[in-house]
Amino acid sequence: MEDGIKKFLYVNRKAPYGTIYALEALEVVLIGAAFDQDVSLAFLDDGVFQLTKGQNTDGIGVKNFSPTFRALGDYDVNKLYVERESLEERGLTEDDLQEIMYEDEDDDWAEKPSIRIISRAEMADLMHDQDVILSF
Amino acid sequence: MSYEVNGQTVEHDEEGYITNLNDWSKELAEVIAKQEEIEMTDEHWAVVNFLRDYYEEYQIAPAVRVLIKAIKKQMGPEIGNNKYMYELFPYGPAKQACKIAGLPKPTGCV
Repeated sequence: MEDGIKKFLYVNRKAPYGTIYALEALEVVLIGAAFDQDVSLAFLDDGVFQLTKGQNTDGIGVKNFSPTFRALGDYDVNKLYVERESLEERGLTEDDLQEIMYEDEDDDWAEKPSIRIISRAEMADLMHDQDVILSF
Repeated sequence: MSYEVNGQTVEHDEEGYITNLNDWSKELAEVIAKQEEIEMTDEHWAVVNFLRDYYEEYQIAPAVRVLIKAIKKQMGPEIGNNKYMYELFPYGPAKQACKIAGLPKPTGCV
């Protein structure tokens, strides 16, 4: 790890709409991306709903910001960890999540998936590895 | 505060970003550009159109380094570099071009 680079984990636990947490977290990630840190996002509990595909907010009069997750690759944010148990508890599978890709600069710009499904135990290890954890 | 285009009034905020994104038109872009003292060329339009497409797809205005990287990829390094982009938009490619493109101020711009 290079000097001055810290491992940042943004933990998302809330549903995308109804509170401002999810949108604010995403904005912080986009702004923070300018600082060239080692950034990961975690989605657990109701936070897994943030990544579901086919979101439509017409009925609640707020902006559907789910397409913005697909821009994260442009900001070199390409580690989106989703907890398997949280998905299962809500009757969701990986297929219910939108596809989020990034281009791997070190592999001839090959397109690779940003979403990684991990277990609760692996999530605990991931958190343990971080220098900074920001919870939303 | 508002712009006047073809007899229509288009509201904008204190920094000149239009309030309702649906009010945008090419004519309005020319009006905003004039106020910013920018003569719109094909290159200016290419950047403005890129920003509008990006917003349409991702619902955000990209940060300036993301914009320049993407323009470089799409239109080559002659246009997609800091120097040239700042020649096109002296007050900041993301900030100024977004205003002309009728988009909100880019996230993270102060």
